[in-house]
Amino acid sequence: MSGREIAILGAGMHPWGKWGRSFIEYGVAAARSALADAGLSWQDVQYVAGADTIRNGYPGFIAGATFAQALGWSGAQVSSCYAACASGAQAIANARAQILSGLADVALVVGADAAPKGFFAPVGGDRPDDPDWLRFRLLGATNPMYFALAARRRMALYGSTREDFALVKVKNAKHGLNNPNARYRKEVAVEEVLESPVVADPLRLLDICATSDGGAALVLTSMEFARSRGLDPVRISGLSTVTPTFPKTVLDLPDFATDSAMTVPVPERPFRAALAHSAYEEAGVGPEDVSAAEVYDLSTALELDWMEDLGLCAPGEAESLLRAGETSIGGRIPVNPSGGLGSFGEAIPAQAIAQLCELTWQLRGQAEGRQVDGARVGIAVNQGLFGHGSATIVTR
Amino acid sequence: MLKERRLAVEGWFTTDPPALIGTRCGDCGTPYFPRNALACRNPACSGPKDGSELAEYSFSTRGRIWSFADSRYKPPAPYVSPEPFRPYVLAAVELEAEKIVILGQVVPGVGVEDLSVGQEVELTVGTLYEDDEAEYVVWMWRPVS
Repeated sequence: MSGREIAILGAGMHPWGKWGRSFIEYGVAAARSALADAGLSWQDVQYVAGADTIRNGYPGFIAGATFAQALGWSGAQVSSCYAACASGAQAIANARAQILSGLADVALVVGADAAPKGFFAPVGGDRPDDPDWLRFRLLGATNPMYFALAARRRMALYGSTREDFALVKVKNAKHGLNNPNARYRKEVAVEEVLESPVVADPLRLLDICATSDGGAALVLTSMEFARSRGLDPVRISGLSTVTPTFPKTVLDLPDFATDSAMTVPVPERPFRAALAHSAYEEAGVGPEDVSAAEVYDLSTALELDWMEDLGLCAPGEAESLLRAGETSIGGRIPVNPSGGLGSFGEAIPAQAIAQLCELTWQLRGQAEGRQVDGARVGIAVNQGLFGHGSATIVTR
Repeated sequence: MLKERRLAVEGWFTTDPPALIGTRCGDCGTPYFPRNALACRNPACSGPKDGSELAEYSFSTRGRIWSFADSRYKPPAPYVSPEPFRPYVLAAVELEAEKIVILGQVVPGVGVEDLSVGQEVELTVGTLYEDDEAEYVVWMWRPVS
């Protein structure tokens, strides 16, 4: 391993749902739960990293301070960060850098959101210089439209079918059934997915992840701190937040176009694969070592793309693994044992943190009702979009 | 009475003939859409990167569909939707010469059932929305007949 590991001492979540309360409440509940799990108090925390939400007014833009105030000003070092859907991962990266540099031994990472119903809309006002505003104005390119374009491309390249996409939902619904933090805890049949309303052809309502309220938190410490308490903790062994490499030829939100590959050849690894590769390199493990993967299933089809980007199978082979049950709990490489975004809905700044909560419980053997037997290495990947993303590897 | 025709966005396309207008780096040759006037974004480009290397560029007007999708629900503002809402189709189109994929709405009347990946399309201009004063046009893709 890299010798640059940190310990996950505590994990905590506020259940996902549409609770109609303040994001601060969800974040504080998750933080308290993570601290209790770690056996530490808020006053032990030397560094608090907040993951921002942009749909909850000013307190959301300065989430680190918002949570610190709600927990009681303690004089801890604090940061707040925004990186679209990768905000949670970025907050973890910030805390990790503090710990690895020796500036802090104990850090708390918190992300929470209270999300509106329906399509995500750009920030309000007339802003014709903002590509996120323009893509809605000039194209009507909602988030599901981008997911649908990727899904159709997959169908054209590999012969994926709508039934394959539905099977992802069926699997994830089954995984989420026993997860107390999941929002949707109900089995779903292939027919229900196929008969749900078309949102953006080829994707149906049950193919697309909803928006949710929720909160997640982690207590991260140096390995020395964990060992001094006699613990053998789950460790973060690799964490990547690399940018795409020019030319970026994957069409992502809020792009009107890809980069041109006219003068510079397409990079060896597209964006998502590059994120995973960098994390594998740092952790000194490979796809063959992975016991469980939490991937960002913004749509059912994207889960299949991610499997290939992670190297869990060759391009075009994700469907056969899925159909053979290999990505279900009990299969060769369980994907989204938590139930994934399909069972949670996305609580943007909390989601990447929640993925690590799940992997922590999996590696400790505490994922009751959804445990992956003998899980030793987990990878969580997140599609931040807008050029952000993350891959995190945990080991035990 | 015919309404005035206005561009939904200035400087991104021409209407006669219909063409997408971006910029292209004179040093490394990379084209950009939408227009990039700030600096060439190719990190390996040895140009001055002060914007002086970028000149206006008119893109190929034909390409092949890379992917497509439709929208069955009314998007939020700032999309200006007719009432009642009309579903519309987006196509991501690959231009062979420029090795770029560019999004655009597909002309009204063409549904996802009429399209396939790899199909040839050409650029045209169509009405995106209208108000009391004018109709606002934008670039659109249309299957080559």
